[in-house]
Amino acid sequence: MDAKFDIQDLNVYWDGNLLLKKVTLRIPSCQILGVIGPAGSGKTTFIRSLDRMNELEPGFKMEGRILLDGEDIYAPGYDAVTLRKKVGMVFALPVALPMSIYENIVYGPRLAGIRNHDQLGGLVEQSLQAAFMWDEVKDRLEMSGLRLSGGQQQRLCLARVLAMEPEVILLDEPCSGLDPISTAKIEEALTALKKKYTIILVTNNTKQAARIADQTAFFLMGELIEIGPTDRIFTAPIHKQTDDYVTGRFG
Amino acid sequence: MSLIGEKGVRRILSITAFSAISALLLIALFILTEGLPFIFRYGLHDFLLESDWDPQTGKFGIFPMVAASLWVTFGAMVVGAPLGVAGAIFLSEFVPKSVMRVVKPTIELLAAIPSVVYGFIGVMVLAPLIRTQLGGPGLSLLAASIILGIMILPTVISISIDSIQAVPQSYREGSLALGATTWQTIHMVTVKAAKSGIIASIILGMGRAIGETMAVIMVAGNSVRIPESPLDSVRSLTANIALEMSYATGLHRQALFATGVILFVGIIILNSIAIVALRKRVYKK
Repeated sequence: MDAKFDIQDLNVYWDGNLLLKKVTLRIPSCQILGVIGPAGSGKTTFIRSLDRMNELEPGFKMEGRILLDGEDIYAPGYDAVTLRKKVGMVFALPVALPMSIYENIVYGPRLAGIRNHDQLGGLVEQSLQAAFMWDEVKDRLEMSGLRLSGGQQQRLCLARVLAMEPEVILLDEPCSGLDPISTAKIEEALTALKKKYTIILVTNNTKQAARIADQTAFFLMGELIEIGPTDRIFTAPIHKQTDDYVTGRFG
Repeated sequence: MSLIGEKGVRRILSITAFSAISALLLIALFILTEGLPFIFRYGLHDFLLESDWDPQTGKFGIFPMVAASLWVTFGAMVVGAPLGVAGAIFLSEFVPKSVMRVVKPTIELLAAIPSVVYGFIGVMVLAPLIRTQLGGPGLSLLAASIILGIMILPTVISISIDSIQAVPQSYREGSLALGATTWQTIHMVTVKAAKSGIIASIILGMGRAIGETMAVIMVAGNSVRIPESPLDSVRSLTANIALEMSYATGLHRQALFATGVILFVGIIILNSIAIVALRKRVYKK
């Protein structure tokens, strides 16, 4: 199977602290990779390395290589803005941009140069439908995105990422603040989306990974302990730490 | 402690707090009782919109001064707002936090320079420069606008920075993660979200400019006329009061108080707009 991301010996430092140690893994395309691990295990740092969001904060340093379709995304000539158009990200806190629902979704495509009104309208419907919220908001696209509920805002965030037609979707604990019904809707959307996209899902909820991830990676203290098909990680993990974590003995 | 007691402290503090408010009320009352009767007698329309100001013959039309004050304030805004807002954006979005911690208080120190010093610089440096480079008397509307534009910078910059920094980091990250460049993020998200605070900063700066007296007297030239070009010498409402109060008597004196009423009302309106704008910012989170 083709690797979408090929991560080799990734070390990440923050203010001199080593947050990720020698992480090496390949992420296949058109699958959901679940990333689990206790707080402080480097999950978020890892996922933010993949679209170069880490470098926005001062004090960040990395070593190693991250290849996207064989290209080193940290190579000197590689443009972070182009990268982020290909690799979309949904954050833990559902935050709509301070503008209308419609504007939130066409934000990315407009930046990419799409001006055609009909085309934008089509994108809005398409991506809201893919995020399972078209029916909820189709009559009030002009309403401020900030007035939606948390679960709706998070699906709006997903929709606006989809509207850019990225290749990879990164999700950083997208359901951490959501109720079970909103969570179920997002999971349903993700399961449908993996046919087209490579999805990397960081989650604090091991059950969520068990439900929808094809592969699961377990991080602990900045190290990738184990990665494998989700079934195997949850039923027959190789490492004891993984077993302890997924069975809820710690973390 | 036992001498005064909890209740005593409370009473003393409330007296001090109320004395500040009562000072404001007394000033307002004083200006209004001195100025309003004149306005009623002379007629608001004639007072505001007639251009003859000749206290000797009993003509009290302050329109030239109103026009001058508005133009000077507008000019100060044209000079100060772009500089201030651009400076605030630069400082809050492009400069490391450590640098900002030094630069922002330094800019706020601009407000601590006495206005007479600004006026002095205007007279010694700016006015001669305008006279030799652009013509006219030098002491002019343009000189006053530039000096006031600089004087309102600390207000504009410091309130703009506060409201730009109040924009949640998640907005910026959300925008950047959607493939926006830093600059696109700033003008499409950050500045938009901070808009009401930025507008408030400009309005408060305008309030400061319209009320400024000393620097304006020194650099504006003070002739009573409706300005036709930025190089004309003008007299603002504040300058008019300050220049004539020392010898004014009777009706003339009342007319100056009435001028004060006009200024007072104008500044209250500006400040109220700014407060509403700032409050909107808070509600929007």
